[in-house]
Amino acid sequence: MIELIIPAIISCILAFSVVYFTTPPLIKILVKNNFTVKDMNKKESVMVARPGGISIILGIIVSEIVLYGFFQLNEILAIIITTTAAFLIGYVDDRKVMGGWFKPVTLAIAALPIIFLGAYDSSLAFPLFGNVEIPLLYLGLIIFMIPITGNTINSIDVLNGVASGFMVIASFTLSICLFILGNYEIAIVSLPLGFVSLAFYKYHKIPSKIFPGDSGALTFGAMYGTIAIVGGVEIIAAIALLPAIINSFLFLSSVKRIVEHRQIKGKPVEHTGDFKLKATNDKTAPVTLVRLILAGGPLSEKQVGFTIFKLAIFSGILAIITAFMMGVSF
Amino acid sequence: MKSGLYGFLFAMWALIILGGGIIVVLLGPFTIQQFGNFHWIIASGIKVTIALLLVIIWILILSKLKNWIFKKELKF
Repeated sequence: MIELIIPAIISCILAFSVVYFTTPPLIKILVKNNFTVKDMNKKESVMVARPGGISIILGIIVSEIVLYGFFQLNEILAIIITTTAAFLIGYVDDRKVMGGWFKPVTLAIAALPIIFLGAYDSSLAFPLFGNVEIPLLYLGLIIFMIPITGNTINSIDVLNGVASGFMVIASFTLSICLFILGNYEIAIVSLPLGFVSLAFYKYHKIPSKIFPGDSGALTFGAMYGTIAIVGGVEIIAAIALLPAIINSFLFLSSVKRIVEHRQIKGKPVEHTGDFKLKATNDKTAPVTLVRLILAGGPLSEKQVGFTIFKLAIFSGILAIITAFMMGVSF
Repeated sequence: MKSGLYGFLFAMWALIILGGGIIVVLLGPFTIQQFGNFHWIIASGIKVTIALLLVIIWILILSKLKNWIFKKELKF
């Protein structure tokens, strides 16, 4: 057991420290070089540094390389390669506006190392009913999983601190589920994602000093999706991610096509006089999770963020119940 | 409103568990033997088709549920 505890502690400390200490200088560099965007939900004209994905990927790479030194697992290599590729895809999108096809297609390509390294098990585990072997179908699942998790996390990165705070809850839930299922090595490999998200949340929480950007959000999502595949906890991972999936589902079912947010003309949310958020009556605007939360009346940005966190905790509890149910079969 | 969201989350979770059960019961024991070396490709193709059909049914049920749970709020 000690051979698992030491790498776990070292990697978690490294993941947290790297992001915690590299983000402040990164903010300074980004601000100095004018890599800033306007925070649309503030009354005053506030410019925020972007992208924070650079410190996020640094924390992930350092901690996972250390873990690879201890475990030499192909699963860790798959996480490092796929997550780094997702970061690069997001970074390109941060610097240059790309078409709607760019992220899904390139993220699907970023998933290929998981297949080439054989870092997956082609059976899909369901609670209560057991496993189903789907060799060919599973390859398709891998190709689809990374674009879906990447874009799902990217789609909830709409308010200060939401993407990173949501990732803290979802990724620690996934780690707990992996421990419950006895998959200790992958559970330890998954822990740095939670600690990286936690350290980044310190600077991303309201009022944000830095935004993760597409590079940060895709890094979070791709690593989460890869852990789900290499850990064989795809269903549990999807359950822990349900509030973000609801957001994508509501968006797609109202827009009825795959489209970039910036291409949508109607505004789902507007500001009141005291700069609270309020749902609009615009029928051309997409239905989103934030718009539904605001349907009950105007709320501050902080209140909406905490409502999303409460939903994430609720789905996290459902995911943990599901992990316990995996051990029960009819 | 917020209770509606929790209800929708719970419904999605229940549908995942139920859908998983259907997949395991339907797809798990499914095999084809009479096509020689190609039997696994044909079996996989049929499994993919059934899985896609189940996903489409899942999305349709969710859409109906969404309209029912949020009927008041979705008058945007």
